[in-house]
Amino acid sequence: MLRAQDLHITFNPGTPIETRALRGMSLDIPSGQFVTVIGSNGAGKSTFLNAVSGEMKVDSGRIEIDGIDMTRQPVWERARHVARVFQDPMAGTCEDLTIEENMALATLRGQRRGLGWAVKPALREEFRAQLSTLGLGLENRLSDRIGLLSGGQRQAVSLLMAALRPSRLLLLDEHTAALDPRTADFVLQLTVRIVAEHKLTTMMVTHSMRQALDVGERTVMLHQGKVVLDVSGDERKGMTVKDLLTMFERVRGEQIDDDALLLG
Amino acid sequence: MSLYTLLGALEIGLIFSLVALGVYISFRLLRFPDLTVDGSFPLGGAVAATLISNGTDPFVSTIVATIAGAVAGVITGWLNIRLKIMDLLASILMMIALYSINLRIMGKPNVPLINEPTVFTALQPEAMSDYVLRPLLLIVVVLAAKLVLDWFFSTQTGLAMRATGSNARMARAQGVHTGLMVLGGMALSNALVGLAGALFAQTQGGADISMGVGTIVIGLAAVIVGESLLPSRRLYLATIAVIVGAIVYRFFIALALNSDFIGLQAQDLNLVTALLVTIALVVPKLRQHWSGKKLN
Repeated sequence: MLRAQDLHITFNPGTPIETRALRGMSLDIPSGQFVTVIGSNGAGKSTFLNAVSGEMKVDSGRIEIDGIDMTRQPVWERARHVARVFQDPMAGTCEDLTIEENMALATLRGQRRGLGWAVKPALREEFRAQLSTLGLGLENRLSDRIGLLSGGQRQAVSLLMAALRPSRLLLLDEHTAALDPRTADFVLQLTVRIVAEHKLTTMMVTHSMRQALDVGERTVMLHQGKVVLDVSGDERKGMTVKDLLTMFERVRGEQIDDDALLLG
Repeated sequence: MSLYTLLGALEIGLIFSLVALGVYISFRLLRFPDLTVDGSFPLGGAVAATLISNGTDPFVSTIVATIAGAVAGVITGWLNIRLKIMDLLASILMMIALYSINLRIMGKPNVPLINEPTVFTALQPEAMSDYVLRPLLLIVVVLAAKLVLDWFFSTQTGLAMRATGSNARMARAQGVHTGLMVLGGMALSNALVGLAGALFAQTQGGADISMGVGTIVIGLAAVIVGESLLPSRRLYLATIAVIVGAIVYRFFIALALNSDFIGLQAQDLNLVTALLVTIALVVPKLRQHWSGKKLN
């Protein structure tokens, strides 16, 4: 499970543009749970995800995965336990490498890399089988450069790559945001399938409230660098986007009241 | 052009194809603009010539020179990775530092190797002229280097190194220690350049402090000429292209300098190089421009 405790991150501290991106952010995700994370721009969604993946160092707080303290580990060390799909389709794959080379890279995520061949015939067969489940015809294009693929195809391959090696946590960073609605839907369905197949502990950041309620089993809303709303189970089942918006407005209203009290 | 000049051009072309392979690794695979080359080439020459003239076995001397090149590359990488100095600047710092280091190693501006044994004299059969043997031996060395690189870059570690150059963020997310990969790639790149310097000193009768001037431009010229002659993204074809580029480039230089009617002399070498690189850089763009016009 993921345990994030009291995370603080401040950008440009002590300057006029100081931004307190995370202000005591805490979140536990039990093993096997699929959590969706929403929040308005600047709420701290991406900062939190980057803190968990290791791309951003936290000023204070603690990040644990299955009891292993990761707070000070660099990205490449955390990769042993954490798989990730990026928002930008270009970011998650190496455009100069072929489809099979990209996948070969992912089969050894967080493992020792030696001097054996990166792509072996057995591995190639496995990739072919995996790719054919996408129904995109990519199984016949193993030695094509991945840069030749469309954004949606690259995101689909990125998802497959994330599941090639077992992980304790899968991070999805608005991974459908850059796609057209139809492709986004395809990638989202694929996400649900892969997460269920591998029983992955998953945290999906999304900009879409609809998406946040449609998939997963728990939804968390961030505001001003903290969790302000955490719904799951029966409460979440009947929930509509409108309910969520209402709750969000209420939370934000209270926040403003707090500020007004402080200023008053 | 006589057979002698032709073989001479082939010989130097083959030596510089090792430089070109090194430059290909840093500039193309790692995307690290590395000017260390201008210092690690004479470093290889200085180490090999000094050791040989002190009585060390030429093969051992050549290996030590190769390792010296690798160390220079690692230091440039370290300046960039650990001390966060911009890549280009880190390599320029290393390049000028090596100028002093090379003078220290040699103890004087040049170390001649006239009657000393070299890796070429050691393998010289009675029946063959030295100017025929040298290119033949160099072909073996260059092909061996090419095959080793082709193999290495298709291994798990080699793939991680290529991923580091192509998309470092993705490589890290896949658990690749990208800093280590840059150090390794820079070591490999400059080891090849050091080896080239060592072989150059042994074919040209000694090492000289100014032998490195413009090495990076020649290496880049070879890469660019090779890529425009044989455009390919497959690695084993790209390494062939780079080698062919280096040899073709040397032939053009020899042709230019040996054609009396053009009136060029040895001191015009760098000007000719600059012109050739400019042409090689502009021609692909012009080609695009023309084909673009046809489409409209």
